[in-house]
Amino acid sequence: MAHPGEVETERNDMRDFGTRPPRAVVGSHRIEEEIFGRAFDKNIVRRIWAFVGPYRAKLVISIAAVLIFAATQLLIPLIIRYAIEHGMRPGSDDRSALLAAAGAFLVTILLNFAASYTQDTVISKMAENVIFDIRRAMFAHLQKVSLSFMDRTEVGRLMSRLQGDVNSMHEFLQTSVLSVGDIALLLGIVSVMLWLDFRLGLLTLSVLPVLFIVRLFWLPHARDAFTTAQEFNSVANGALAEAIHGVRAVQSMDRQQVNFLLYDDKARASLKKHLIGDKYAQIMVPIVDSLMGLATAVVIVVGGSKVMNGRIDVGVMIVFLFYIQRFFDPIRSLTAQYSVMQRAMASGKRLTDVLDVEIEIHDKPDAKVLSPLMDGSVEFRNVTFGYDPNYPVLKNVSFRVNPGDTVALVGPTGSGKSSAMALLHRFYEVQHGQVLVGGHDVRDLTQESLGRQVAMVLQEPFLFTGTVFNNIRYHKTDATRDDVMNAAKAVGAHDFIMSLDGGYDATLGERGGNLSLGQCQLISFARALVADAKILILDEATANIDSYTEMLIQKALARVLEGRTGLVIAHRLATIRGADRIIVLQNGRVVESGNHDQLMAIGGLYSKLYNLNYASFNDIPDEEQIDITPQAGSQT
Amino acid sequence: MNRDVIDSATYPRKSFAHVEAAGWGRGLSTLVRISRMNLWHPWQVAFAIGSTLVAATLQLLIPQLIGRAVDQVQTANNGDFSAGAVEQALWTTALLLLAVSVLRGVFTMTQTYFAESVGHHIAYELRLACYEKIQRLSFSFHDRRHSADLITICMLDLEGVWIYFSSAVVRAVLLTMLIGIGAYMLLSTNLVLGLLALSFVPFVGWRSSVTQLRLRATWLDLQERLSVLSRVMEENLCGIRVVRAFSAQAHEMLKFERASKSALALAQQRVDIHVRNSSAMTFSFWVATGLVLWIGGNKVIAGEISVGTLASFLTFMTILQMPVRQIGLMVNGFARASTCGSRLLEFLDLDIMIKDAPDAKPLEISEGTMRFDNVSFAYPSAEDRPILKNISFKARKGETIAIVGPPGSGKSTMAHLIPRFYDVTGGTISLDGQDIRNVTLSTLRRAVAVVQQDAFLFTTTIENNIAYGDPWAREPRIAGACESAQLHNYILGLPAGYKTVVGERGVSLSGGQRQRLTIARAMMLRPSVIVFDDSTAAIDADTEQRIRSSMRRFAKDRVTIIIAHRLSSLMHADQILFIANGEVVERGTHQQLLAKGGRYKALHDLQLRPGDGMLTPHGGAS
Repeated sequence: MAHPGEVETERNDMRDFGTRPPRAVVGSHRIEEEIFGRAFDKNIVRRIWAFVGPYRAKLVISIAAVLIFAATQLLIPLIIRYAIEHGMRPGSDDRSALLAAAGAFLVTILLNFAASYTQDTVISKMAENVIFDIRRAMFAHLQKVSLSFMDRTEVGRLMSRLQGDVNSMHEFLQTSVLSVGDIALLLGIVSVMLWLDFRLGLLTLSVLPVLFIVRLFWLPHARDAFTTAQEFNSVANGALAEAIHGVRAVQSMDRQQVNFLLYDDKARASLKKHLIGDKYAQIMVPIVDSLMGLATAVVIVVGGSKVMNGRIDVGVMIVFLFYIQRFFDPIRSLTAQYSVMQRAMASGKRLTDVLDVEIEIHDKPDAKVLSPLMDGSVEFRNVTFGYDPNYPVLKNVSFRVNPGDTVALVGPTGSGKSSAMALLHRFYEVQHGQVLVGGHDVRDLTQESLGRQVAMVLQEPFLFTGTVFNNIRYHKTDATRDDVMNAAKAVGAHDFIMSLDGGYDATLGERGGNLSLGQCQLISFARALVADAKILILDEATANIDSYTEMLIQKALARVLEGRTGLVIAHRLATIRGADRIIVLQNGRVVESGNHDQLMAIGGLYSKLYNLNYASFNDIPDEEQIDITPQAGSQT
Repeated sequence: MNRDVIDSATYPRKSFAHVEAAGWGRGLSTLVRISRMNLWHPWQVAFAIGSTLVAATLQLLIPQLIGRAVDQVQTANNGDFSAGAVEQALWTTALLLLAVSVLRGVFTMTQTYFAESVGHHIAYELRLACYEKIQRLSFSFHDRRHSADLITICMLDLEGVWIYFSSAVVRAVLLTMLIGIGAYMLLSTNLVLGLLALSFVPFVGWRSSVTQLRLRATWLDLQERLSVLSRVMEENLCGIRVVRAFSAQAHEMLKFERASKSALALAQQRVDIHVRNSSAMTFSFWVATGLVLWIGGNKVIAGEISVGTLASFLTFMTILQMPVRQIGLMVNGFARASTCGSRLLEFLDLDIMIKDAPDAKPLEISEGTMRFDNVSFAYPSAEDRPILKNISFKARKGETIAIVGPPGSGKSTMAHLIPRFYDVTGGTISLDGQDIRNVTLSTLRRAVAVVQQDAFLFTTTIENNIAYGDPWAREPRIAGACESAQLHNYILGLPAGYKTVVGERGVSLSGGQRQRLTIARAMMLRPSVIVFDDSTAAIDADTEQRIRSSMRRFAKDRVTIIIAHRLSSLMHADQILFIANGEVVERGTHQQLLAKGGRYKALHDLQLRPGDGMLTPHGGAS
């Protein structure tokens, strides 16, 4: 099967060196996932079956409907035959047979109507329900899996599980039940034909194996051609999307001409592959039509002579002619079903992989609820922790923060400050030692109640699509408008919010798109304030912000920390100097601790850095950080 | 007010532009233009339509032949002819039928193939047109139009246009032939029976059209609801730390539940629309069949028609059933082409605001001097609100100009004017005396590199990303640029070094690393003017210092413009412009400005000295 990546290599020939430079690429062409798995995987079917289980009654109804539907389809030509054979003697006066046939016909089509209505409604709705259930289960599971899993898994990948894979499961569920009907119909037609006239039936049906074999050979090639066409198409679309998103970079580096040529290659490749795919799709049409014509011709010649010999009546011949029109469809959909199943198994594997991600952090069965009245103290006792246990980020760290105090954590990048804060929230489990909040080991508390008492403001402000009001209130749905406004006023966000179109009801774009970084951060400060937690963690909350906004935040800090325990990771001296205590971390160990004056008096690392007159503690010169580990994002 | 417990953002916006797309758009004129596009491929169009005509005719012969065969058998039974003669006739009919079937298959094949081929060719041409348009439309257009909108136009709308030929035009020809000729044949054979046999056609055609249009309207609505659902999920996953930090999982589940239920409800509703109509259509077909059987049977008894004629009527109905159901698809094809086409053509017809002047010459750099003369600027959408007012300054080769000022003062805008991302609304910007509006865009943009704050990474290797502006570059030069940008060592530490794939689906880089990559990328252009647009904010001061010292030689040959908040990034500049409200309020060197004691000094004090009185509440106690 041709891979879209091949277009890239084709381009490297020297003739084109002038217009298609060696390093130029548009879009990406990496297709990593298996599209087709084994056609049947017992484990996966069992897992998916668990989601179908609740709809078992509907499944039974729909299968019954499918079978009735197939039966009526089988019956209709037989009724026509009866009418022709018994009810249409030219010149006869007896209409009773025709009347009986008409009556039977009416009953049959009513049944047919009811069955088709039931089968389609019940199956489609059941399939929709099941996939929404699967998606819900996955999403709920992702809410519980550990952050380390989320750190090392790209969001895009998870999204394609939640969307693409779930959708191919939909297709599978919907077609599987219908396949039952196809099989029933096919078997029905075959047996009725053989029953009506064994030899003529056998002769007519002999085209079936031919069709079956032809399709068996054709299918893998055709499928490859189709998937290749689709892949080339998505590669071309990917390049187009890149042009849209990166248009500013493209224009500023004047790459339009080169990119156009490269895109042309991709679009042309997609065109070619589609034409090949179409050829494969269409080649089947004359084959099926010819076989159908052949079967009809056989019925006319052989059936016709049998009628003349009086061995069968003309009605039987007409029934055969009708059945021939019908029996190609089930074969077509049954062979297609094979691909659907393969695709569903591959998707099912990935879905169950997500559902099987172990939840590392559980509430204990007897976990306590952390009371909002707890004192707000924090203590680390001999804590050792590493994302990889062999490389501890924190080594035997101990410190205590008294209720209501503000403590600053400082230290070079990678010294473990952010990791310590993540442990306080029990995002990860310590390897040794204990983290205590309000005197309780965090492992003895429910995660929910712990989270309600520990609020965090992170370096990268993250806002949700929605109104400013809802962003500030977030999950505290009982917060009133006054609460929200007071919080916004306290952090100095009120004025700019009021200047937005709609004020607090202004809708923010994706990730707060229409606000500046500083404004987003002010809103996330307000959000932390509304959460009204006993402990507030500021994890480099002012790192990426311009001086003007930072000034606002500095002023707000005093208000925000009033009556709470504060843990602040910051690098601006202004924030650090005023803290009740400063803990200096280096290489995962506490090296110094005390207030500004005490640390200056000790004359250790802190005073050295301070005297070097660096504007910030992140600027401590250290070797180029070569960390591509997943937790890199949470460090700086 | 906002009493809603969960955010209203989990509801689809009703104003969604695409819902109106279920209508007819600008209608006829669009369809005419799209039809004309199809004629760019006259031979394929001719083959497709020719094949359709032949295939439809052959299709209509099949019921006739079947009827004939039945009659032949009947005549033999009545003993009118000798068995041998009938057998002969049967053979002829059978062979004719075989030949007709084979030919019908072949022509159906060419019909579909060429129809698809026309579509794919048009898709290819339109794609290129869209791509080119996207690349050439100016920044102000891209500021206004959301990228998701453009993707919809260039993918979904484009599809609506390219399938127009096969889904609407060819189908229309086929259906007209089949129903028209078929009706003629049936009605001329037997008027009453013909009318009965065709009685299901108008009903099915009507139901199918209504259903398709309704499904389309709800499809767009469903897409919207599904995209809300995706957004809820994606935001949850991207913001997972915030979700966890606030223990808001239950809240997030509620949001998910609401978005999910809303989409599910509509999906179910669509099932109802679809199933109800398709069952009704099938039923009407069978009712018509039943009537033909009853009335036809009576006619056979009365000797008015033969059993063969009845059989051919019934076969004909079977053959007609599928195409008639497709009337709805055809109507939908026209409707879709009309709305999608309107939007696509509107996009392709857009004027490109910033382009080469008719007599533009290539930019020639000799001295390397850049001048702003009384430059003013306002965004096209808000012309009465000037962003920059009468800015003038001059920078010679080797000089560094720093621009500082509060957020929203217009600093970045200045950066964007130099490579003509936007055109000035007053005054001129010139390079070595050449007004930038009189030189070719291509040479100008190669001469001016802007290092953006938010670096866009292309999904390809680091190497290709750095050499983006100079894809012919050789490795040593790329490595050199990376060394200057203090990125080389980091890259060597990556699994595949310079060949590591970055970007959306590759290794993700931190903000500082991305900014350093962009700096290296800009150096590759060997520009005459390099602008750092707040592009070192995420780089720590020490690394920045090292970048600056290693770029010293590089800076000697060009004008450097630094826009920054952090004063340590810019205090070494030859000239510092303090911008407020679009005007230069202070200018001079660092020392001069400090001595002046104005706004620059205030900012300086704020940053470098821990201010008193804004400490934590406990600050005073220590």
